[in-house]
Amino acid sequence: MSYLIETRDITKRFGGLVAVNKVNFGVSPGEVVALLGDNGAGKSTLIKMISGVYPNDGGDILYNGEVVKIHTPIDALAAGIETIYQDLALAENLNVYSNIFLGREKTKKRLGIFHVLDHSYMYDEAVGILKKLDIKIPSLRNNVRTLSGGQRQAVAISRSIYWNAKVLIMDEPTAALGVAQQKQVLDLVNSLKDHGLAIILISHQMHDVFEVADRICVMRRGELVGNLVKKDTTTEEVVSLIVGSEAVS
Amino acid sequence: MQSLMTQKNKDLLLKIGKQWAVIFFVAEIIFFGLTAKGFFTVNVFQIVLFFGTAVMLMAVAELFVIITGGIDLSVGYVMGLSTIIATKLIVYFSASGMPEFWGIFFGIIITLVLGLIPGLINGLLVSRLNVPPFIATFSMLGISHGVSELLLTEGAAKNLPHLANVIGNGHFLYFVKGGGFSFFARPEVARGVKVFELFPNVVVITLIIVAIFAFVLSKTVFGIHTYAIGGNEDSAIRSGINVKNHITKIYMLSSLLASSAGVIYMLKYVTGKADAGASLLLDSIAAVVIGGACLTGGKGTVWRTILGAVIIAVLETGLRILGIPTFDKYIMVGVILILAVLIDRIFPETTYKE
Repeated sequence: MSYLIETRDITKRFGGLVAVNKVNFGVSPGEVVALLGDNGAGKSTLIKMISGVYPNDGGDILYNGEVVKIHTPIDALAAGIETIYQDLALAENLNVYSNIFLGREKTKKRLGIFHVLDHSYMYDEAVGILKKLDIKIPSLRNNVRTLSGGQRQAVAISRSIYWNAKVLIMDEPTAALGVAQQKQVLDLVNSLKDHGLAIILISHQMHDVFEVADRICVMRRGELVGNLVKKDTTTEEVVSLIVGSEAVS
Repeated sequence: MQSLMTQKNKDLLLKIGKQWAVIFFVAEIIFFGLTAKGFFTVNVFQIVLFFGTAVMLMAVAELFVIITGGIDLSVGYVMGLSTIIATKLIVYFSASGMPEFWGIFFGIIITLVLGLIPGLINGLLVSRLNVPPFIATFSMLGISHGVSELLLTEGAAKNLPHLANVIGNGHFLYFVKGGGFSFFARPEVARGVKVFELFPNVVVITLIIVAIFAFVLSKTVFGIHTYAIGGNEDSAIRSGINVKNHITKIYMLSSLLASSAGVIYMLKYVTGKADAGASLLLDSIAAVVIGGACLTGGKGTVWRTILGAVIIAVLETGLRILGIPTFDKYIMVGVILILAVLIDRIFPETTYKE
């Protein structure tokens, strides 16, 4: 099987603490892999290395089978690795389309020298991508502050898709949402899978994981302790891996 | 009674609450118009703007920093330091035989370039070494003050060439009834003939600078990144914005503007003083907050900040006409600042609630 994104023996230390210890992990196109583990198990650190927030201290990151250097978020974005954080995804004081274009704003020239923001282009493009993903937002000129949690997730996801995400990392996408909104987000994940994206899903909600994931990876104390195909496993097995097998017996 | 506070009424109240600065401004104008003799004249209007130049520039400086969620306490003494550097340089240049115009020109350019240094240090401390903006810029306040006094030990900063006074206190346009217009130079007229002076040079220069920064903040990528950092620094970092560099640039821009306020002070008063801008720190932060910005960042516009600055400038000039001492102005600005923050609390931003 060929992974789109893969880590080999990747390691991260914070002082004396080994947050992630020689983890081998990967996701294929069109696959949803759930990454599970207790608080402090190293999930977030692993994800932050893949998305360029933390540089790795050891091991390699492979993209399409080749070793790549991902040291900054820009490196990750350039490779098509997009991350959706549970509550850090958007600037609440900016409107919807500005958030979709944040960091990659479209400008136009005025008087031949000044580069000014091209609001109408960004607005139109944002309308297009939301329509394509069948997402409904009251007005794209409203600040994100005025949107519901589910709408914010949808905006963050559509931003990634607009920028040609190949790998989508989702950190607790349904944690802060109501039931109806959770379902919308999970449906969106399923449709993104059909578009051929490689999706990494961090979640504590076993129900979500079993609904959308193809494979389940479990981390404990910085190490990968389980790599299971969903249809061959059970909630009990996954939970016992998360908390450590000694707790189950 | 319940029906009085319908959602519609609440929304209306919220809208009015957000415009309180405009209402306050109008009330202020009416008050001084009724009480201060000769308030409604072109001349007083120009005086307000003339005295308001420094606070406008400093408030814009403070606005950029405050939008990113920081604060720059050093602007006042950086301005003072700049008045001294500019004065001393220009005096030195003309003493060494440089033509007056070029002496002033190069003196100003060098002062502005040097004016970037305090901001560079502030910016690096805040962005790279995670020093809280309050501490970094407070220290810079002390350092600027000290360096100013050091420069003054060799003699006061004064005796600028006459041309500095002509620029600083001159007008763009002069108009003599029946005698036509003249630009920049005051026309020679017989005794008793009234010359109308329009558009003080320093006001024109200040408004051009303000317009440039209004453009940068509202229309450019630099501007929207400034808001993004103030709104959510983590999301800005994750969007690939170089937040550290951006914050460094913001503090440099702030001290550059403080420095340009110093240059304008030097032209207006033909002298350099260490404490030239000391009292303007309160005014500039007050102007930003009155203009609707929030000290937690992410909010505020240049033109609203200028409204805040003009409110303070009108207060200053109005009280002066009424013959009320300056410290009353400080008390009033302090009170208005507190009220501005409280009003901001009463009328919060509309946020989605589940």
